[in-house]
Amino acid sequence: MKRLVLIVLSFLLLTAFGLAQKSRMDVVMERGKLICGVNGKAPGFGYVDEKTGKYMGFDVDFCRAVSAALFDDPDRVEYVPLTAKARFNAIQTGEVDVVFRNTTITTSRDGSVGVDFLPVNFYDGQGVMVKKELGVKSVYELEGATVCTNQGTTTEKNWTDFVRSQGWKGNKLLTFESFDKVFNAFMSGRCDAVTTDKSGLVGWKAKAPDPEALVILPETLSKEPLAGFTFQNDSRWRDALTWIVYATIQAEEFGITQKNLDEFLKSDKPAIRRFLGLEGTLGKGLGLPNDFVARVIRHVGNYGEIYDRHLGPNSPFFIPRKGSLNDLYTRGGLMYSPPFR
Amino acid sequence: MKTVPFYKNIKVLGVLTQVVVSLLVLFGLYFLGRTAYEGMVSRGIPFTFSFLWQEAGFSISEGKTIALEGGRIVLRPFEPSDAYWQAFFTGVYNTLRVSIAGIVLTTLLGVMVGVGRLSSNWLVNRLSFAYVELVRNTPLLVQLFFWYFGAILKLPPIRQASEWFGMIVSQRGVFVPWPVPGPGFDRYLPFFLGGLLAFLLGAFWSRGRRGLWLLGLLLLAAGWLYAGDPFVLSVPEKRGFRVVGGAQLSPEFSAVLLALVVYTASYIAEIVRGAIQSLPKGQWEAAFSLGLNYGQTLRYVILPQALRIIVPPLGNQYLNLTKNSSLAIAVGYPDLFNVYGTIANQSGRSLEGILIVMGVYLSLSLTISALVNAYNRRVALRGARR
Ligand SMILES: N[C@@H](CCC(=O)N[C@@H](CS)C(=O)NCC(=O)O)C(=O)O
Repeated sequence: MKRLVLIVLSFLLLTAFGLAQKSRMDVVMERGKLICGVNGKAPGFGYVDEKTGKYMGFDVDFCRAVSAALFDDPDRVEYVPLTAKARFNAIQTGEVDVVFRNTTITTSRDGSVGVDFLPVNFYDGQGVMVKKELGVKSVYELEGATVCTNQGTTTEKNWTDFVRSQGWKGNKLLTFESFDKVFNAFMSGRCDAVTTDKSGLVGWKAKAPDPEALVILPETLSKEPLAGFTFQNDSRWRDALTWIVYATIQAEEFGITQKNLDEFLKSDKPAIRRFLGLEGTLGKGLGLPNDFVARVIRHVGNYGEIYDRHLGPNSPFFIPRKGSLNDLYTRGGLMYSPPFR
Repeated sequence: MKTVPFYKNIKVLGVLTQVVVSLLVLFGLYFLGRTAYEGMVSRGIPFTFSFLWQEAGFSISEGKTIALEGGRIVLRPFEPSDAYWQAFFTGVYNTLRVSIAGIVLTTLLGVMVGVGRLSSNWLVNRLSFAYVELVRNTPLLVQLFFWYFGAILKLPPIRQASEWFGMIVSQRGVFVPWPVPGPGFDRYLPFFLGGLLAFLLGAFWSRGRRGLWLLGLLLLAAGWLYAGDPFVLSVPEKRGFRVVGGAQLSPEFSAVLLALVVYTASYIAEIVRGAIQSLPKGQWEAAFSLGLNYGQTLRYVILPQALRIIVPPLGNQYLNLTKNSSLAIAVGYPDLFNVYGTIANQSGRSLEGILIVMGVYLSLSLTISALVNAYNRRVALRGARR
């Protein structure tokens, strides 16, 4: 009961204080640091590094990119780990400024839940993982199976839909608050299979004591375009965040990397000079420092660099990019930034 | 008599302070509520309960809900096409299920251990002591994890689970043979209800008790013969991924139940011990000198008197147990608080949802309090009459 009272009170208080009409942009600048909601437990995407004790991962790098753009320093970030269930509340109450936490864009989240999404930073799809010893080769063999996943996800609804559309009987879906519990229950045999975004499955498989004993089934059950999200009705803040995400993609298209940034800063091509803030007022127009793109690239790198750092062939959580939806549109993928002009 | 001016009248002043304080509190609440509401509106988040009638679209692993089927209100498992309010209902159902079973079992265990703490048998005494100290001094959440991940999920997998007398014990839960309505059930129903009524009447009317109970038995037996197979035994059976038939105690339910029962019993044991020890020693001595043995003394002399001291704090423990059941979320048991989380997230209606949840817990707590108080009045009266 105490817990409930606390939740209600903090909800009321936070909403009350969040009322200030200012854009979040000004609040963050005054505060001097970004409060960023992340996963905390998703291997490769947002997790605490065991050696350094720091937050790491693909999604975390987008928090760092925002911090770099605003403060010319990627580390002025306070990370708030969020479960799938808590993430929308964190924005509704204004507890965090933005969330990068492998979140699927859906109509109801944009609509009735009341958040606004940023551009997609990872195209994913839902998959199912089983133990090899089960001998199952396809999700269509899972009639009657008990499946585990985490609460408050598209995953739980997709699987429910899937079972309904197959007309299966006796299937059970067991949901836990966080994915480490899901995985624990799966490994100890409570469920026949786990389901979540395929990127997540790859990560959890790699972290398992014996990854070879697990198989990710070939089917993809859904579209899961993952994106950051922030407040509804705060265009200034959302615009700034949106173009920071696009900047990483455009930088890759231009071929600008952390290493060669200094050469590009000497470029005389107008598009490049505008992009890096040497000419024009693109940054200022968004209420950002004019050289925000250069800052992002210097401190965090372009989209491809971020991808390779966390999900590339040399990382423990390798997810092939070539020819996938996450490749640049110039190479047949879907990563595409509107023009910076 | 000289009249005191009203501003010096202690009674008026008393009432006035009460009114002022209540107004301040009400105003504070109103202010908070109003600003929260405006904050939500300015962010484009509406405040509405209309979502309760929308389709939930997710699954709940166990528990029942009410639904209208063919013009009849039935209790049946929750389905994804049900509405959010039915999901809430399932949560309440599961909370009640684990709390009621928990209260009954923890009372039995608690009284046993409490009496055991005073036993002159060294082993029983020490064991009870160790139990109380171990359980009382570790957090409930830790114990819950222990029962779930450390004990129940370590049971054998279904395929290797052994079967005794049709019972299957596995990490997927405990499955027991269970009677289910058979072909003659509809014909048996009137006899069944009649028999039950006779038993109930007998329980209240002490003079006609024998006759009524006999009648009840007769009804039940005769009806059985007449209707033919009103119940059949459904025996659990392994099939594919799952077990069909019988009744199941899910691992999540079992873990929450075990944790709540074991934890709360340690407190009840201390309450029982304290109450017994607070009785004057003379009660024991008098009973013994009348020739009663240990068990009889306990049953007829000590416990009835201790009961009066036990009941109020026992009620507190019942409240604690019910509220602690909201920890079930840690092991995925879909109690009210757990289901609320999913509903709030999927519908975006967190504030509305938590208000409903608070309302339900509040009513549950008040109901338990009322029941305990009623019982307390009964035992207290009986004590006064003696
Ligand atoms: N993309 C889905 C699912 C996101 C999700 O929760 N993924 C899991 C799988 S990696 C996760 O992040 N788990 C970490 C945790 O809950 O601790 C959604 O937006 O609903």
